[in-house]
Amino acid sequence: MRTDAGRRLVVVGNGMVGQRFVEALRERDVDRGWQVTVLGEESRRCYDRVALSSYFDGVDPDALDLVPDGCYDGRDYVLHLDEAVTAIDRAGRTVTTSNGRAFGYDGLVLATGSYPFVPPVPGADLPGCFVYRTLDDLDAIRAAALHATGRVAVGETDTTGSKATGGGAAPVGLVVGGGLLGLEAARALRLLGLSVHVVEMAPRLMPLQVDGGGGALLRRLVEELGVTVHLGTFAASVAGAAAAREPMSVTLGDGTLLSVDLVVFAAGVRPRDQLARAAGLAVGERGGVLVDAACRTSDPAVFAIGECACVDGRVYGLVAPGYTMATVLADRLVGRAAEFGAADTATKLKLLGVDVASFGDALATADGALEVIVSDPVGGAYAKLVVSDDATTLLGGVLVGDTSKYAALRPLVGRPLPGDPLAILAPSGDGVAVTGSLPADAMVCSCHAVTRDAIDTAIVESDLTTVADIKARTKAGTGCGSCVPMLKTLLAESGVAVSPALCEHFDYSRAQLFDIVRVNQIRTFSELVGEYGRGRGCDICKPVVASVLASLGNGHVLDGEQAALQDTNDAFLANIQRNGTYSVVPRVPGGEITPAKLIAIGEVARDFRLYTKITGGQRIDLLGARVEQLPAIWRRLVDAGFESGHAYGKALRTVKSCVGSTWCRYGVGDSVALAIELELRYRGIRSPHKIKAGVSGCARECSEARGKDIGVIATENGWNLYVGGNGGFRPRHADLLLTDVDTETLVRTIDRFIVFYIRTADRLQRTSSWVESLSAGNGGDHVDGLAYLRSVLVDDTLGIAAELDAAIRRHVASYEDEWAAVLDDPERLRRFTSFVNAPDTPDPSITFITERDQPRPVPLPAPSRGVPGAGPTVLAVPAVPAARGADDLTGTAGGADGDEPARAAVAVGDAPAPDAFR
Amino acid sequence: MTAPSQMDEDADTMWTAVCRYDELLPERGVAALVGEIQVALFRAHDGALFAIGNQDPFTGAWVLSRGIVGTRAERPTVASPLHKQVFDLRTGECLDNQDVAVPVYEVRARAGMVEVRVA
Repeated sequence: MRTDAGRRLVVVGNGMVGQRFVEALRERDVDRGWQVTVLGEESRRCYDRVALSSYFDGVDPDALDLVPDGCYDGRDYVLHLDEAVTAIDRAGRTVTTSNGRAFGYDGLVLATGSYPFVPPVPGADLPGCFVYRTLDDLDAIRAAALHATGRVAVGETDTTGSKATGGGAAPVGLVVGGGLLGLEAARALRLLGLSVHVVEMAPRLMPLQVDGGGGALLRRLVEELGVTVHLGTFAASVAGAAAAREPMSVTLGDGTLLSVDLVVFAAGVRPRDQLARAAGLAVGERGGVLVDAACRTSDPAVFAIGECACVDGRVYGLVAPGYTMATVLADRLVGRAAEFGAADTATKLKLLGVDVASFGDALATADGALEVIVSDPVGGAYAKLVVSDDATTLLGGVLVGDTSKYAALRPLVGRPLPGDPLAILAPSGDGVAVTGSLPADAMVCSCHAVTRDAIDTAIVESDLTTVADIKARTKAGTGCGSCVPMLKTLLAESGVAVSPALCEHFDYSRAQLFDIVRVNQIRTFSELVGEYGRGRGCDICKPVVASVLASLGNGHVLDGEQAALQDTNDAFLANIQRNGTYSVVPRVPGGEITPAKLIAIGEVARDFRLYTKITGGQRIDLLGARVEQLPAIWRRLVDAGFESGHAYGKALRTVKSCVGSTWCRYGVGDSVALAIELELRYRGIRSPHKIKAGVSGCARECSEARGKDIGVIATENGWNLYVGGNGGFRPRHADLLLTDVDTETLVRTIDRFIVFYIRTADRLQRTSSWVESLSAGNGGDHVDGLAYLRSVLVDDTLGIAAELDAAIRRHVASYEDEWAAVLDDPERLRRFTSFVNAPDTPDPSITFITERDQPRPVPLPAPSRGVPGAGPTVLAVPAVPAARGADDLTGTAGGADGDEPARAAVAVGDAPAPDAFR
Repeated sequence: MTAPSQMDEDADTMWTAVCRYDELLPERGVAALVGEIQVALFRAHDGALFAIGNQDPFTGAWVLSRGIVGTRAERPTVASPLHKQVFDLRTGECLDNQDVAVPVYEVRARAGMVEVRVA
């Protein structure tokens, strides 16, 4: 093993470009010619700065993390955080750090990025003024916003200004800068509930990317969202609050006076070249460490990449050119030839909910460039193509409002136009959807420099069938994600068809079957499989059809033919355990339970010798019930006022709650009352998978609502609704869908969310992956999927809201307790027997021992499963002695003949306890 | 599917009546105790009867009668309710693992009763 043979490479900065460089080097430097030490000044390792505002959208900071598992092994690749480089000693080839340590290097990579430019405005250094660059900045902004929200909410001093700007009770934030960064910051402030002003010196928003026409539309769309835009002026001065709890005032260059609670400077960035300057490295005229096309500085042992570098006299403030530099340098360091050429500064963003894209020569600066513009102010779309003077070559373009053509157009920059420019831009124009026109070497993913050819090859050679496969294999689509639609198209063109078929009996997906059953009013499995399937079904399709029939209101789940479709859990309304016994979970809505009911559960458990455990869903699990005991157990529970908890079903499980404002000194909402209301509303509803919900009485989130499919958190102004959370196998925090809504709006939206999920999700698809699949189906952008969901559930863009509402009304009206209904019906009760010819005889294989004062199952002897290659082995049936029959402890409970099970159970309770549980 | 008729005369005493035929719901199983042997009994959609051992060979639990009945290709099947391995109701073979099989028993309907022979 090599110990110190590798040359020492020190990387200054663990931002997006620094990290990309490390990954690119790792891939290339397979024999570990370099030993890499990365020094990052932030306490957090590399995260997605481009998606920073999603932090306020409910995205966990960990979800922004960009460091792959195992990237830093602590040996060849070492990462030190919280350690800024303070000086470079080029002669001694050493850097020193804020921790007083020194690191020697053979090669040094500067990836120090940039810092926010704060214009020299008097007062810009006051408390309440922020920049927008790091997660720490965002935390500070959030703290100030919450403080301001509190101030306004308690109504102590809501003076002139914020009212004058139409903000009502909301606190006010001012963003200085109307470019990419400024609009991102504006979005972040809006997510924090602030009323937002944006001031931009240029005569239009996004002046670097968008032309006058696009800028005008952009302004209109942004203002429709309630953002006030001030163009052609600037923040002239900031005056601090006259007293604590008072707003600040900002004077604009045109004399406008704004009363604001906080100011965010997002007026662009400047390269962080101070280290390099101090070390005597050459820098550009307007800043940035001067590098050549190989990213080498004036010192051949020192390199610079990303926003701190100045290449060809230009500094790039976008991530894609930085990534290209990272790749070029990694190639160079392993001896390959690579050069940084013309950078792709194409941009596609959703800013404040408005889609904006710009690519190539967007501002038509080339000699003789022609502009073809389609402007639809009514529909809110603006599109421009910049073409060469002979109108044959695409040079660039701007898209505002509708960027669906971006993925297809961007790779064509510098290439022949695929058709008539007007036809391409027409709203229905499909001229560019034809990727057949895309040359093999066209860059489909510019973030990762993946060409069409590379993707086509990967699809064929590695048998890729999904976009996720392509992402994993080629990295295409894992950067900004804008090329994901293109990946789908390429996949489709390669002839890969992904079958939606549920199983061998149906060629349809669950969602399709749902529609078939609903539209054709099919009531039975036989009817459905006869007309739309084949065979007699299986353990995959039958429970799906059972769930669909139940969702559409077809009576008790054990009625008629439905009984034969149910999984054993639904068939016996209990959860099967490893020894063939069942667990029983009565519903405890919201986790609230009276002492009398607690005692009743305790008595049932004691009398039937059941193992008891508190569940994570705030109820009590009773385990070890034999199938023939279930009716007697439930007779007792129903008599004590309990009903089925549906722990056995793909159905609503629990709505967990904290104690809420009734008792908790921090609570701002009555979480228990709402949890009970929700649990009673949705109890028994059948769904593609289980649904869990939670309600927290304040942002401390003691009920862990954001780990649920449906999470509600009380706010000072109402409720926040989160959807798509999950614990379990693949944990995921729920996404914020609604903010500060009243109870009626909240419940209505949850109603629609549940029914929409039930109707459109795949079999066994939890809401978390369903919500993600909505994103994938709507541009691949996480935010897009949520926006889509919001548009369907709140704005009713699909026109199905009335139908969804009606479905919940039907559900609520037709709800009955499944267990009470079984107890009242001798025909249903008859199925809860051990043996059809010996209903009083328990399964003799089920035995228990005592552990920690409770019963636990005796492990079953593992049956021999035969010798491989020796042909099937028919198992001999072990001679398990027959049960002791009627004198057995609980053998008589729940007979098939309609005896009153309750009486039998009482007798059981009076029986003396044996040493070992049966 | 009933047992071959030539068995009727010489071995009639070995058949055990376990329940009425109409007690069996189509495509749902029941367990029956024949001597000390647990039998899983099924009535298919077309009315045919099947009897196999009730023990799930993968877990040791006696639960196959509670599995979902269906078909795979043309074969009548039941899936273990625990981990869903599928067994051929006619032969007892596990269709998901060719090294495993469960016992098969003779079963017939006679005078409205379902009879099983385990010998």
